[in-house]
Amino acid sequence: MTDILMPALSPTMEEGKLAKWLVKEGDTVKPGDVIAEIETDKATMEVEAVDEGVISKLMVEAGTEGVKVNAIIAQLTAEGEAAAPTPKANGKGKAAKVEAPAQAVAETAAPEQNAKNDGHRLRAPEQKVAAAEGLHDPTLPDGVTYTKTTVRDALRDAIAEEMRNDDRVFLMGEEVGQYQGAYKVSRGLLEEFGDRRVIDTPITEYGFAGLGVGAAFGGLKPIVEFMTFNFAMQAIDHIINSAAKTLYMSGGQMGCPIVFRGPNGAASRVGAQHSQDFSAWYGQIPGLKVLAPYDAADAKGLLKAAIRDPNPVVFLEHELMYGVEFDVPNVDDFVLPIGKARIRREGADVTLVAHSRMVKFALEAAEELAGIGIEAEVIDLRSLRPLDTATVIESVKKTNRIVCCEEGWRFFGVGAEIAAAVVEHAFDYLDAPPLRVAQKDVPLPYAANLEKLSLPNAHDIVEAAKKVCYVD
Amino acid sequence: MTGKATGAKVRKPVSEPQKAELIGFYRDMLLIRRFEEKAGQLYGMGLIAGFCHLYIGQEAVVVGVQSILEPDEGGYARGKGGSMHMFSREKNFFGGHGIVGAQVPLGTGLAFSNRYKGTDAVCIAYFGDGASNQGQVYEAFNMASLWKLPVVYVIENNQYAMGTSIARASAETELFKRGISFEIPGEEVDGMDVLAVRKAAAKAVKRARDGDGPYILEMKTYRYRGHSMSDPAKYRTREEVQDMREHRDPIEALKKKLLDAKHVTEDDLKKIEAEVREIVNDSAQFAQDSPEPHPDELWTDVLVESR
Repeated sequence: MTDILMPALSPTMEEGKLAKWLVKEGDTVKPGDVIAEIETDKATMEVEAVDEGVISKLMVEAGTEGVKVNAIIAQLTAEGEAAAPTPKANGKGKAAKVEAPAQAVAETAAPEQNAKNDGHRLRAPEQKVAAAEGLHDPTLPDGVTYTKTTVRDALRDAIAEEMRNDDRVFLMGEEVGQYQGAYKVSRGLLEEFGDRRVIDTPITEYGFAGLGVGAAFGGLKPIVEFMTFNFAMQAIDHIINSAAKTLYMSGGQMGCPIVFRGPNGAASRVGAQHSQDFSAWYGQIPGLKVLAPYDAADAKGLLKAAIRDPNPVVFLEHELMYGVEFDVPNVDDFVLPIGKARIRREGADVTLVAHSRMVKFALEAAEELAGIGIEAEVIDLRSLRPLDTATVIESVKKTNRIVCCEEGWRFFGVGAEIAAAVVEHAFDYLDAPPLRVAQKDVPLPYAANLEKLSLPNAHDIVEAAKKVCYVD
Repeated sequence: MTGKATGAKVRKPVSEPQKAELIGFYRDMLLIRRFEEKAGQLYGMGLIAGFCHLYIGQEAVVVGVQSILEPDEGGYARGKGGSMHMFSREKNFFGGHGIVGAQVPLGTGLAFSNRYKGTDAVCIAYFGDGASNQGQVYEAFNMASLWKLPVVYVIENNQYAMGTSIARASAETELFKRGISFEIPGEEVDGMDVLAVRKAAAKAVKRARDGDGPYILEMKTYRYRGHSMSDPAKYRTREEVQDMREHRDPIEALKKKLLDAKHVTEDDLKKIEAEVREIVNDSAQFAQDSPEPHPDELWTDVLVESR
């Protein structure tokens, strides 16, 4: 004999009305037959038989209100002998009985589990800190030479080297092939690698981002170029829902080794829709790595690392940096660790934290501050996720002051995260509240004077640094 | 874009299904139905949380299409079927996707990777009539056709996107025509007839494998249950559902064929039923007996640890 239980329409339903029986005692039912209707304040649902047999008893009268979920509403007797499995194997009759002990177990287990979880929550950031401490830039050989290289060409070199290295790596995006890249980052790649591996896409960001993620699921290592990250907003569903979450959701079965790259942030007089910094957006997403290098050497070393990484990496470049030249070391296979900040200037009086193009302004500000006797330490984050909090905290323990600089908006921003981390981990070392330098809280205006007023600059950083140093 | 199937393996020709295969289709369809019924029941008992979308009624589509594929091939997501996120790398099943329509570019990308690697494997991307109105579907159609990617789009038109009938949501309700602007041919298939599904799928898969690009199969099918468990299905009449169940049921239809051809006896069918039921009950029991994940699992599989 099998018990038929009051079903739930949703996980939150606790009781309902058994509105109507569609069978009577003695009726034969087979799986899928509708036997009753139940109602809640929201909906009516049909109850179907799952097993074959004869309805031997209806336990609840039609029209009864407040029938508890999982209460026995009818009994079914199996026809013949072994045609249907025994109630014991069925699990249905057992459920009501099993329920209570299961709950009891859950209750007693709960505090212990919570304690464990809390333990993990406390441990997790520390693990990350430790991981960052173990990371080092490669030691360059004595007498290494450098070549002046633009950020644009350093990125191209990184892509070309990795494509030579691994046939699974390919580049796709708008105008990356025949046109040689909207910003000429992919110059020469079509000639070297051909149209199997350098693929011009239609203007269809959502579609080709999804196609790239699918190709990564299929074992390739796509580099998806967005002409700018502003257009990637069309594709952000695939970056977050498809690329970042699938490894977790598939229990580790499906990794997504892909790089989404392109210029991010403000350019010059291109208006609000073409000038947004997405650092904080992507920085929030577990399952992604997010990089935002400043100079050419970091651009090269980190892009190579990103392409090799087995995870989805959002690689934020800056249009206004593409043409700037820096020294890039002449070494084979220059790969940098992901998750390690770089101290670009040492100083004892105030810590300036920045990433991408803001590093330039932080360095200019440090120079100016030195002129009035304030020695600033400039940290180039390079990686936003994982974030090298340890390097920042160590610096603040020395300087006791911090200014967080970013090109994007301050609300819920990168600076907000860093300031919170500093307050959490170095509260007793602070001699002044952390300050943030960021874009004004408006869409970026087009007019030259207004654009200039909106974007943060070296002067803003100097003023903030003076303020935390209590200097007029 | 160029690309040639250099690593192609020898494929078995698709033949008329014989007795053993037909019985296999019957068993698979029955297994899906009993599994889904059990899932519905367990959901009703509060043992499955979140969403539960049942495939009951549509079994012929997936059984017919998958009967054409070989083990190195796979599909991506069932737009409507099953529960939401199941994956089997081992079976080349790349998961059910929670965002309606997103599986179409993803499946197209899997087809891209097959082509890039020089295999002749074909990807099947399943989606529903509701998903067929998403913009990204057409972005994927465009690239698939432009690059002649080996993908078959299976639109499971069960006539209701959640509670909205196709006529209330789609200006063009003949979904097999949705590829016309992209030069993707399509056809309408009786999705309640597993053999018709198989035949159409064989043709589409061969075409994709031969390098002639994507194809759309619109499977006219029907789901008996609500969109999800919390759907009371007030948007259609009980008579409509009952009519489909009585006259168009894919499992009953194949059962009749098997009996008429004397491939099986009533006793054989009972045995299959008992066997299927045992698998389902054992699975349900296994699920209920399995412990909850260890709290440490909270932190695993966020990232692949590289070093």
